[in-house]
Amino acid sequence: MTKKRTGVFVCHCGNNIAATVDVARVVKEMSAEETVVYSQDYVYMCSDPGQNAVIQAIKDNQLDSVVVSCCSPSLHEKTFRDNTTRAGISGFTCEIANIREQCAWVHKDRDVGTEKAIKISRSAVRRAGRNQSLEPIAVPVTRRVMVIGGGIAGIQASLDMANAGLEVILVERQATLGGHMLQLSETFPTLDCSQCILSPKMVEVSRHPKIKVMTYCEVQEVSGSVGNFKAKILKKPTFVDPEKCNICDDCTQVCPVVVPNEYELGLTARRAIYIPYAQAIPASYTLDEEACLGLNPIRCGKCKDACEADAINYDMRPETVVEEVGAIVVATGFDLYPQENIAEYGYGKVEDVLDGLQFERLCSASGATSGHVLRPSDHKVPKDVVFIQCVGSRDPAQHCAYCSKICCMYTAKHATLYKHHVPDGRAYVFYIDIRSGGKGYEEFVQRTMEEDGAIYLRGRVSKLYRHNGKVKVLGTDTLTGQNVEIDADMVVLALAMQPSKGTAQAAKVLKIGRDKDGFLAEAHPKLRPVESVTAGIFLAGAAQGPKDIPETVAQAGAAAAKVIALLSQATLSHAPTVARVRRSHCTGCEMCVTACPYHAIRLENGKAVVNEVLCEGCGSCTATCLRAAIEVKNATQMQVFEMIEACLA
Amino acid sequence: MSEEQAYEPKIVAFLCKWCSSAGSDLAGVSRIQYPANATPITVPCSGSISPLYILSAFNKGADGVLLSGCHIGDCHYIEGNYLARRKIYLIKELLEMVGVEPDRLRMSWVSAAEGAKYAQVVKDFVADLKPLGPQDKLKADRT
Repeated sequence: MTKKRTGVFVCHCGNNIAATVDVARVVKEMSAEETVVYSQDYVYMCSDPGQNAVIQAIKDNQLDSVVVSCCSPSLHEKTFRDNTTRAGISGFTCEIANIREQCAWVHKDRDVGTEKAIKISRSAVRRAGRNQSLEPIAVPVTRRVMVIGGGIAGIQASLDMANAGLEVILVERQATLGGHMLQLSETFPTLDCSQCILSPKMVEVSRHPKIKVMTYCEVQEVSGSVGNFKAKILKKPTFVDPEKCNICDDCTQVCPVVVPNEYELGLTARRAIYIPYAQAIPASYTLDEEACLGLNPIRCGKCKDACEADAINYDMRPETVVEEVGAIVVATGFDLYPQENIAEYGYGKVEDVLDGLQFERLCSASGATSGHVLRPSDHKVPKDVVFIQCVGSRDPAQHCAYCSKICCMYTAKHATLYKHHVPDGRAYVFYIDIRSGGKGYEEFVQRTMEEDGAIYLRGRVSKLYRHNGKVKVLGTDTLTGQNVEIDADMVVLALAMQPSKGTAQAAKVLKIGRDKDGFLAEAHPKLRPVESVTAGIFLAGAAQGPKDIPETVAQAGAAAAKVIALLSQATLSHAPTVARVRRSHCTGCEMCVTACPYHAIRLENGKAVVNEVLCEGCGSCTATCLRAAIEVKNATQMQVFEMIEACLA
Repeated sequence: MSEEQAYEPKIVAFLCKWCSSAGSDLAGVSRIQYPANATPITVPCSGSISPLYILSAFNKGADGVLLSGCHIGDCHYIEGNYLARRKIYLIKELLEMVGVEPDRLRMSWVSAAEGAKYAQVVKDFVADLKPLGPQDKLKADRT
């Protein structure tokens, strides 16, 4: 093997690295390495002059490999590999030494930091010294997308992608599309009716020739990689044929089972056979298997007897379908933080204490009270209503540390709507701060206070309980320093947003990361906000973090644009850092065949053979092979040994 | 005595690319300070760590070896961390057999969201290694 000609480029990152690491010393130490023929430092290696300097050095010094000592490879590995390719040598000969996140930012002592930066850089130099020139492997692309979650995020992303010509499979676990937005009465700051802006989109989705809607379905398993995923989707039986069902409502009239209605958040009841709401999509009934007396027609069978269209079929069984897609958008949304967790507000057991979504249903024309604000306990018009913000949010000691972002606005909206419904009523709002960043938002809050006359009290409510048929609310107004006691007819809690249960499940199935609060983790908080760390999987909506409708729609559009860009390519490139077999060393013991999680290795004529398209380069095979006969390219045993040595020198 | 106080264990930290290396990045982004004893080597997956890597590190003078991967069940490569976990038990037994304290090899699960945990893992490991003193059982150039 001829000796490598490596160039080392050490970045100051302004002062981010240079403050803790003696950059000049790193350059000097690296130039003493056997394979290094060129080294330099620069204040911003990733800038245009920085990248050009690398290209120039590669050409001037006939470099065949590059090490950039800079920030994390998750940030700029691609930048520098692309740059290396531009200079005419394989991008895979370029290695990143992470001396910022793993060194300069976590150590203060300059000597210590410099020593460690030298070790990390030297380790990368040794690895680069044995890197092969590799070219990406071209793989075919499936020009179809799966969207998980049929709320506004999923709907918007599906429409954008389908309108660009991609085939979309939209999977929703509930019996109807729409998500939480469907439950809202009006939306801030324009007070548009939520259903009036959402329903047409739902209809468009259901009629779009490029979109296949799969409601009452769950994604169970996903395999493959970007460009070629295989998703196993469970179709739960609805026991009603949507083609035959004419939504005549005869079945619910005879069904003897009454259970709380989830869509109305328990404010009303529904039957075991039900339609989530009148304009549901698909427009068909669903038989709730858990609530039903039993699918044995001898036990009940009333709905089947009543159905003149003969749409009900008790023999439906769960079905699994496999869909092949090139990309996935995860839009699994949020749940409200459980009221049961809030001790000081009665664990959700105090009557007439509602959560924000329940209040939406009270205000909604299609809700339980046909749009009249009536308190649940006695159906009287509440005259004193207390709204409490930040319930469960901004409370690192007991609940969620983060701000749920939308509650200031929706509480202002609630207070406004309440005053519109009950002009002589009094609306009290307890808040910590008002966070009304957004177009027209601050003006909306001001209107709520000044024109609609909501009374804003800066402080928290310490306790509430039932007292003389009312809810006694004990709080403090920290601006006047007075304790406040209100005998409220109704209390509305602005509960925190948390990632939905489906979000946790989707993350597990897709093997994508979540942040400390359980929201889906984006690849980079600023520069790649709609991508997961896994190529080909994109994020949209509140599953990624608390956000309102305009932001959700924008993010869904962004995710769609990313998918469209990805799938517009004729072929995708698969990383060539895959396993390679040294046939002379292989004894055909099949240890690697068993270890491979992707079934990418098989035995041919007594020797292991790797399917390079299936191989993801995880290296499980390397670690099991007794003879080092199988290795991942550019992460070989010799390379790791040399890196270890560099780390300990 | 002063020599013992000055002893700083040398650690090789094998971090999986998807979780623990990203976790160490988060520690950096959060500016959480921790000892510089552990030099990281990012590998695709904790499951790619051959026992030879660990023995080689001890052979080249490491006082401790850290292997950190995704939480069990969360492996980016489906099941690599299960393979790693199984191997670690065996290697610990092997180390004990040849007279190296098994505590010099540590496995941790650090997700991409656990920057603070990564810093703590390194802190704890350094503190636990100090009383053991330098490792020279497997060191090539024993003095």
